[in-house]
Amino acid sequence: MTLLSFDWALVIEKLILIVIIVLTTLLITLYTTFGERKVAAILQDRPGPNRAGPFGLLQPLADGLKLIMKEEIIPTSASKWLFILGPGLAMTASLMTSAVIPWGTDIHLFGRTIALQVADINIGILYIFAVVSMGVYGIMIGGWASNNKFSLMSALRAASQAISYEIAMGLALIALLMTTGSLSLKTIVADQAAGNWWNVVYQPLGFIIFFICAMAECNRTPFDLPEAENELNFGYHQEYSSMKLGFYLFAEYVNMIMSSAIMASMYFGGYDLPFFDETTVAPNIAAMIGVGTLLIKIVLFVFLFMWIRWTIPRFRYDQLMNLGWKTMIPLALFNMLLTGALILAKL
Amino acid sequence: MQTLTNKALAVQRQPMTFWERLYLINIIKGMMITFSHMFKKQPTIRYPEQKREFSPVFRGLHVLNRDEEGRERCTACGLCAVACPAEAITMEAAERMEGEENIYREEKYAAKYEINMLRCIFCGLCEEACPKDAIYLSETFAPANYTRKGFIYDKNDLLIPNPLTNAADYAKAKGVQA
Repeated sequence: MTLLSFDWALVIEKLILIVIIVLTTLLITLYTTFGERKVAAILQDRPGPNRAGPFGLLQPLADGLKLIMKEEIIPTSASKWLFILGPGLAMTASLMTSAVIPWGTDIHLFGRTIALQVADINIGILYIFAVVSMGVYGIMIGGWASNNKFSLMSALRAASQAISYEIAMGLALIALLMTTGSLSLKTIVADQAAGNWWNVVYQPLGFIIFFICAMAECNRTPFDLPEAENELNFGYHQEYSSMKLGFYLFAEYVNMIMSSAIMASMYFGGYDLPFFDETTVAPNIAAMIGVGTLLIKIVLFVFLFMWIRWTIPRFRYDQLMNLGWKTMIPLALFNMLLTGALILAKL
Repeated sequence: MQTLTNKALAVQRQPMTFWERLYLINIIKGMMITFSHMFKKQPTIRYPEQKREFSPVFRGLHVLNRDEEGRERCTACGLCAVACPAEAITMEAAERMEGEENIYREEKYAAKYEINMLRCIFCGLCEEACPKDAIYLSETFAPANYTRKGFIYDKNDLLIPNPLTNAADYAKAKGVQA
């Protein structure tokens, strides 16, 4: 009976939380694709999709339905298992990041204190890095299993790009960790919410580096070389059709939302609403306000991603590598050094 | 070097400065430009609900005209068909019978009058050729169709509504015809 002695309510609570988070993430993602098209349209003086439903709000559903109804094609020369595994892995990896993001302060329900975070692990940031690196496998496996030279080249690009930018990303984060002194996202956010300045004030350079690297990790323009249509036809998902293609496209948007959430949590105070004292309202309401604040921050970051995408053209491959290795990594190292020196000087 | 015009610009070849190499400033400038476009007026015409206004000289779909008493003006003389460079017009003439004076203006009328809109080049020569002011080019265009046959417009499609029995539709047709 010792096996059953653990807290079953906790398991159920966490399961419900996971389901809610995954479903909301998917729903938001659905509308992010719509938002992307709308933002692109508005920035280009067009109305954008406006036919399906009021203001075109049903457009993502129509897109999803279309993708599901399409014929599923697996090329004869493709490695079947890996071909199917690829999009699943990409999607899983991008959704897994959501586990350590603190969505709000604790809420009290049915006499229990429920933390709005799936797992408060003390190495949260390390976990994020591990999962983000796994996202490359989805792309790599998909590109390789397609047995198509363009897909393979694109997958190689994605892998090398991700590896190059992860280093600068990690170095930028080390500087942040030096100031916070904790790897747990919950602690980092709670410190910022406790009335201190947001971390971006202490780490402006680090934030810019992290933001650029996050953009590169998400394969977003100007770093969307894995999807460079004019050189690689369509990119690593060229041979994919139906919902498998949809998963790849979806994973990109989930990645975008997740990196927005991470940036909001680590540099912009997470669920902290500025100039507002959460202790003045009931804890449950405060938690809800926190969730709303985090969502607004995510939306703002996602808009920033889109805004940049529809402004800047794509980098050339050598420019991308130059930026990553010759600019980002030295800058991140300098930032680390500077932070360390300042911390020492203060002590 | 001596330039031929004052439009020639020397290409800047000096290496980029530190701030230029950062790109960030120029990227932010570019982002401001795209952001300003959010508030610009969209030139889009939302087609089925909104329609573009054509100029008064626009040559669109043909209209077979009636006179003030609602009688068809066309006498099937065939001049429009002769003038037509695309050979889009076919017609068959018929003689007006006793008691049909309120339908047809003259003794001869077009029993069949067809314009193939796929052949028509909307040049307006039929309009110029017509001695009876019977055919006009309106300010609308032929809508899409599923079959080629659907583009052969007969008298039912072309004839303007009767001003006596169907005044509202007539006025509407006149309105777009201008």
